[in-house]
Amino acid sequence: MVVEKASTCDLEFADSTIQSDKALNTSNNFFEIFSIPVAWDVDIEGLKVRYRALQKEFHPDRYAASSDAQKRLAVQTAAVINQAFDTLTSPLSRAQYLLERKGISADQESYVTTDGVFLMQQIELREALGGVTRSDKPWLALERLRSTVESTYQNLQNEFQQFYSAETLDSAFNTVAKMQFFNKLLHELEQLEYELEDL
Amino acid sequence: MVLLQISEPGQSPQPHQRKNAVGIDLGTTNSLVSVVRSGMPETIADQAGCHLLPSVVHYSTQGVDAVGQEALGFNVSDPLNTISSVKRLMGRGINDVLMLGDQLPYAFQQLDEGMPKIDTVHGLISPVQVSAEILRTLVNLAEQSLDVMLDGAVITVPAYFDEAQRQATKDAATLAGIKVLRLLNEPTAAAIAYGLDAEQEGIIAIYDLGGGTFDISILQLTRGVFEVLATGGDSALGGDDLDHAIAQWLRVQSGMNESLNPMEQRILLEAAKAAKEELTEIDHVNVAILEWEGSLTRSVMNGLIDDLVARTIRSCRRTMRDAGVSVDEIQNVVLVGGSTRSPLVRDKVSKFFGLQPMCSLDPDSVVALGAAIQADILVGNKSAGDMLLLDVIPLSLGIETMGGLTEKIIHRNATIPVSKAQEFTTFKDGQTAMVIHVLQGDRELVDDCRSLAKFELRGIPPMVAGAAKIRVTYQVDADGLLNVTARELTSNVESRIEVKPSYGLGETEITKMLQDSFSYARDDMQARALREQQVEADRMVEDLLTALAKDATSLLSEEEIQCLNLAIAELQKLRLETTEHRVLARKIEAVGKTSETFAARRMDASIKSALAGQSLEDIERG
Repeated sequence: MVVEKASTCDLEFADSTIQSDKALNTSNNFFEIFSIPVAWDVDIEGLKVRYRALQKEFHPDRYAASSDAQKRLAVQTAAVINQAFDTLTSPLSRAQYLLERKGISADQESYVTTDGVFLMQQIELREALGGVTRSDKPWLALERLRSTVESTYQNLQNEFQQFYSAETLDSAFNTVAKMQFFNKLLHELEQLEYELEDL
Repeated sequence: MVLLQISEPGQSPQPHQRKNAVGIDLGTTNSLVSVVRSGMPETIADQAGCHLLPSVVHYSTQGVDAVGQEALGFNVSDPLNTISSVKRLMGRGINDVLMLGDQLPYAFQQLDEGMPKIDTVHGLISPVQVSAEILRTLVNLAEQSLDVMLDGAVITVPAYFDEAQRQATKDAATLAGIKVLRLLNEPTAAAIAYGLDAEQEGIIAIYDLGGGTFDISILQLTRGVFEVLATGGDSALGGDDLDHAIAQWLRVQSGMNESLNPMEQRILLEAAKAAKEELTEIDHVNVAILEWEGSLTRSVMNGLIDDLVARTIRSCRRTMRDAGVSVDEIQNVVLVGGSTRSPLVRDKVSKFFGLQPMCSLDPDSVVALGAAIQADILVGNKSAGDMLLLDVIPLSLGIETMGGLTEKIIHRNATIPVSKAQEFTTFKDGQTAMVIHVLQGDRELVDDCRSLAKFELRGIPPMVAGAAKIRVTYQVDADGLLNVTARELTSNVESRIEVKPSYGLGETEITKMLQDSFSYARDDMQARALREQQVEADRMVEDLLTALAKDATSLLSEEEIQCLNLAIAELQKLRLETTEHRVLARKIEAVGKTSETFAARRMDASIKSALAGQSLEDIERG
């Protein structure tokens, strides 16, 4: 008997990150942790500065001489800060987190698109991915495909920003589902690159 | 979960008396111990003036009869009982060991799921026991040389070591009676040694080719924060493999046949090693093996090891991609590990990065030096000031899902400590138990990943398929060690496991070994355990009192304050009266539970206020 995946909840803050219900039921959201406004636009360099400042204060190494219980709490706190940082730095997880805060589940696994254009695009890109290794110039094919995927991914992010700021959340949700597809494709391209190197 | 004590930056809550902690580099070929004296890290030499302890242990029928240089003397005369390169066996299963082929001339015995044992004249010996002997020798050396008792040690491990290999290392320390302050990644340790030296900023690459492992780490250095962006490598590729490639060539040249006896194997290996070392300085060496005489040139040798070195460069490329960094952003390359003395390695590394590598510190001792600096900070001697390490896990951690697939829960290169949860459900009506299979690795199929642990969550109330909600939480601490919890949310049934990987030693096995070992008489152990709990109780009382004085009125009700004060008083009383360490430990845990809410509120409030109202400039100025 093995487990079956139900839904991801790694973006859920409070008690997903800790073992005990009591500890650290912080009301802070990921943006508040860094004292920045809840918004799509995040100054990543500024966020890094704030992140390091927080870790300098809350990292378990700062509590190396404290009691074991304190050390455990420090581990949990530092883990929350890390999770907040990771969520806000990745465009996809940031978008999902913003929607989740509006009460829309981040889980796009169940998403079924009726967008014919997107479906066609998915099929074409999948075929292109499969065609890379058969190409005479696989590296060139890979790079072309990657730049297509990257620019589409960037456009989707802009699209998300517009929908999100206009509060058209259904459209924003659809965009995030597409972003998820493109994000996955980028990972697969990376895998493909490893395979090409190993040939 | 108790109180987080928040002190002014750079101030520890109490003046500490100086403590003694060392850094230990437990290497495949050599091991070292170092310490910070008058602010500077230095390696500790034995009576003969040697800083490097060969990682070799010799067993006679009586037991361990030599460690280090002396044991090395038995290498050729008694190969089956002279254990070297044991780091390559740590946390490994029989299949991994067999993959090493005839590289290790020992007789192995596989008794159970665990690590294969080595068959010696003294009986079956676990690799963990051999490592413990080396650690014990280093600690004795340090204690004699410094004339103190040690309070703890930082032990380094290859960054690419997986959970099982880390756990095995920690088990060895436990067996040797050492308090481990931290398992520190070797490249990170090297970066500390260099970083404090040069006070540099920017992105650096650490290329670490040791005796048995290869690591590449990309770090960002910013105002004393050492942030590992990505790490990669091969935990089964090192100088040993270069030696074997050369030995193989020598065997063919000298006309020896393929089935060598252990003594012949050792002779070949020693000749290969010696030739390799000489060829770092000169272009041509004469080699004599038994009655055969011949020669080896550097260019022939380079041809033999070219493929192995190319593998390391490929790892570099991948790891840079993981880090999201391009070659021209790398400002410095640091070489670590004895094998980086090879001219071919230096050449390839500088070509790839387009930089002259940094090697002003001795590549053999740089890791131990960095470990000593970190040990000094962690033991509380030095206020950590602005220095902080943010390390990552090298391989993804996942769980088995339907169809033999691995679902990643924590991705590789996630900064530790890290905690992630994912929800799963039942797939059969009325299912009351679920197997949680914990895996490590980046491949899709379960069979291609390393199995770390399996446990069951029982007592799920019978429901229709898909109705139960099981939340599985993975938490990795700052040592890179994993803890897994599974809980059914509708019924709150919980099951948790401290992941003791299948290849590690069980708790009972360690306890038994401790009891077997002559240096740990039972009374000593009791006294030691009690002392540890007393220290823990004192810390807790101190933490609580400080926290209460500061935040009680703003965060707690009158009743809550009274309740905590009572708990403290009880703990103080028991601390003075009991001689049973278990009793004291239970009380400490109970008081911890009582103060959880207060602790969480304090942490919450302090995160909220940490950056509030500060501009980016304020934060940067610190």
